[in-house]
Amino acid sequence: MRLVIVAGPPATGKTSVMLHTLRHILTDKIRVAVCKIDCLETSDHSTYRRLSLPVMVGLSDYICPDHFYVSNLEEIFAWGEKQQAEILVVETAGLCHRCAPGIKGCLSICVVDNLSGIDTPKKVGPVLTTADVVVVTKGDIVSQAEREVFRRRIEMVNPAAHVLEINGLTGQGALRLKKVVLASPSIEGVEGRELRYPMPSAVCSYCNGETVIGSRYQMGNVKKIVYREVSND
Amino acid sequence: MIRKIAVLGGITKSGVRETLRMVEIYPGEIVAVVGPTGSGKSQLISDIEYWADGDTPSRRQIQINDQVPAEFAVETSLRRLVAEISQNMNFVIDMSVRDFLLLHAESRHIENALEVAKAVVDCANQLTGEPLMMDDSLTALSGGQSRALMVADVALLSNAPIVLVDEIENAGINRLSALRLLAGRGKVVLVVTHDPLLALLADKRIVMQNGGMAKLLTASPSEKVLAGRLQKIDAVLCELRERIRLGGELTPEAIKEVTWPDAQRVSA
Repeated sequence: MRLVIVAGPPATGKTSVMLHTLRHILTDKIRVAVCKIDCLETSDHSTYRRLSLPVMVGLSDYICPDHFYVSNLEEIFAWGEKQQAEILVVETAGLCHRCAPGIKGCLSICVVDNLSGIDTPKKVGPVLTTADVVVVTKGDIVSQAEREVFRRRIEMVNPAAHVLEINGLTGQGALRLKKVVLASPSIEGVEGRELRYPMPSAVCSYCNGETVIGSRYQMGNVKKIVYREVSND
Repeated sequence: MIRKIAVLGGITKSGVRETLRMVEIYPGEIVAVVGPTGSGKSQLISDIEYWADGDTPSRRQIQINDQVPAEFAVETSLRRLVAEISQNMNFVIDMSVRDFLLLHAESRHIENALEVAKAVVDCANQLTGEPLMMDDSLTALSGGQSRALMVADVALLSNAPIVLVDEIENAGINRLSALRLLAGRGKVVLVVTHDPLLALLADKRIVMQNGGMAKLLTASPSEKVLAGRLQKIDAVLCELRERIRLGGELTPEAIKEVTWPDAQRVSA
């Protein structure tokens, strides 16, 4: 089974991009299953169901969705095999994008959009820098020059990535992503496989439900700001 | 060297084969794309910019010199063959004019980036009213200034052999000088337009209907004559517009001074 991980900031069009891509894949009679990881609520499963696919939803609730995703990968993979899927797509909402859900040996797709600001490629961090494919959406709302500049910024932080421009509304570009997905390797299982980038430890009092502010209430892995003067240049 | 661009017909919005099965465009030609709003003009432009290979909503295929794009050049070189002016009137990217032009020059592998950037700003300032500066923020530019900068950027910085223009008439800049600047020499030029003058100045025009290429017309000799007259009328309108823009008043004497070209023959 091919395991395909899709991540990226909210509202960039992850689900739209995958819907168009999967629609193309389904015309080849390939069996696809989708798992959506979100925090509190999602309606994306019903969007995916329109393609008559087996869809599973995992809500992380009070836990970081990326940590929740890793802790459940074996189970998600087993579910995909039970569906006899040839391709299992896992779309994660992420939260802070400090975590990258990519797994060594599996296709990792990061979706960003042209409207999100020129510094986004730098800010998004490992989720973008470790991706095999960076999909850029909303290109129809900006000038060609802006698309080129944005692409350049992506290539600066991830020179090895395959950058694909996809229009989430019309699906233009999705056929090219289909080819990349079909060319990705098939794996036997996820146990023992490694994440591309370590996820930060996050076991402070607030992770555990503390709501009161102040050092007295903080325990565990607490990191304090190191103050430094910010100069003008 | 590009000798020919061919657009191979796909499907209309109703999913049936479009009427024109192939349109060929040669360097040095200006092709107008006309049709009602929603008829698929922008999609046609976008198909060329994207080097469509049956994988866009129109299912068209673009060929260069009778080859599919992937055989003609690698993806990165293909992208640099096309420069496009889209309908967008404003920048959304938050950078200074200078940083933007330098980064754009870098993305197109241009060596003397700063020189080219300066030339782009100078050129933009000839097209627009109030001058824009290198240190201005892109998002603070007016619609007209943004369009002028986009046009100058496409003409001087991108300087690509294929130029796609998606409506230039609403830009608040002189559309004829903008088009002349963009078209340069020996380029393949496609212009989406609702303007009769621009449409008649083109060598050919593609008529769009319901998402499909419905007709290909070649400018007839009488249309060329008409284009000449329209150009004179246009010159008068431009001059009046400039006077009004600069706060001038059109006194009865000033109006009498206006030389109406071929007034009678045009109205006849």
